[in-house]
Amino acid sequence: MKVTVNGAVHHADVEPGESLLHLLRERLGLTGTKNACEQGECGSCVVLLDDVPVCACLVLAGQADGMTVTTIEGVAGPQGLHPVQQAFVDAGAIQCGFCTPGLVLATIDLLRHTPAPTDDDVREALAGNLCRCTGYQQVIEAVRLAARRSA
Amino acid sequence: MFLQPRTWDEALDDRAHHPDALPVAGGTDVLVDINVGRAHPDAVLDLTRVPSLREWSTGPDGARIGACVTYTELIAGFARPLPGLVMAARSVGSPPIRHRGTIGGNLGSASPAGDCHPPLLASGASVEVASVRGVRTVPVREFFLGPKRNALAADELISTVCAPAATGPQVFTKVGPRNAMVIAVCSFALALDPRRGVVGTGMGSVGPVPLVADGAAHFLEDHLEAAGLWRSREPLDPSVVGRFAELVVGAARPIDDVRGTAAYRRHALHVLARRSLQWCWDDYCGGAT
Repeated sequence: MKVTVNGAVHHADVEPGESLLHLLRERLGLTGTKNACEQGECGSCVVLLDDVPVCACLVLAGQADGMTVTTIEGVAGPQGLHPVQQAFVDAGAIQCGFCTPGLVLATIDLLRHTPAPTDDDVREALAGNLCRCTGYQQVIEAVRLAARRSA
Repeated sequence: MFLQPRTWDEALDDRAHHPDALPVAGGTDVLVDINVGRAHPDAVLDLTRVPSLREWSTGPDGARIGACVTYTELIAGFARPLPGLVMAARSVGSPPIRHRGTIGGNLGSASPAGDCHPPLLASGASVEVASVRGVRTVPVREFFLGPKRNALAADELISTVCAPAATGPQVFTKVGPRNAMVIAVCSFALALDPRRGVVGTGMGSVGPVPLVADGAAHFLEDHLEAAGLWRSREPLDPSVVGRFAELVVGAARPIDDVRGTAAYRRHALHVLARRSLQWCWDDYCGGAT
């Protein structure tokens, strides 16, 4: 299979039942995408697949053949952190950081489609991303901050 | 082996020649089974590259929905013809799950808790399945044979879900520990069809398969007809709503499991049935058909 991850083309031989998450972490060494529940419950492995947020643990690697993937490693630009990442830092929305990659990618997708989200929009968009440190209030503030800065 | 057909004919051919290959659409159920070690497929049949399975259309008679149409697409495209199904799709998982999970995958998994099933039962939908031998149509109420077992033969695949367009109010209600990311503890769908004087029901997570409550539906149909309420749109007597909910619960066959007890499910289903009927009827009295 061939997959473009963060702009770089990769070729890989994958198993029929292998997940995109396994491909990213174990074959390509992109460990920013976290492996936690492997059931789609936690959102730690959210990546953008052809610009759509998905749980990488629930996509077969082979299903991503020919597609583009954006992981947290591909979010920051040459100028530094992505505005959403910066907003998470500034709002103190990061505690242990394990859920942060998934939350950042889910937030990037939210703000792409809904530049000025209500709190309900934010809660619904991020409902599938669990933070075991329970820092949800700061996460919501970070999304508000990112939205305000890009307005 | 990773089979990735590019056409429907190719998919049916692959299915016929590799009946052990695990069909996968969005993967939101299949990958869970693989990840937790319940499934060890040597071969996978990926259906996401078959263009016809991604197609859908709506017309005056109803909707035709390709098996690989996602929950996100259902929400965007079917609010008018299938409001009950859209409410159910909106309750599935989280946005990343809804972007991948499909209506055909939901039917294929045939979980008693599948969220599409109650509204499809309530609206009298059917499933088109196909193999190299031909095409047949299975009413949704005949599609589920047991927990995670459906009417597909070893060489068949789901092609399309066909559902008549709503002519009256529809709702889907669901009980779980939170609003998102919930596998139903129990669920209920109601569809009122004033043009034909028909009431449709569907229930999830209260039996080995998704169930209908025909006794409750017929009771309500008879009452609405005899009292002339379809025409007068007068409020329902609370005793009628209560009796309807009792009959719904009577048709359920819940068990105790990790998500809830049978007794709790009966209680919650009673509440869901009562509220669903009240909401639908209020909607109907308000003239929104």
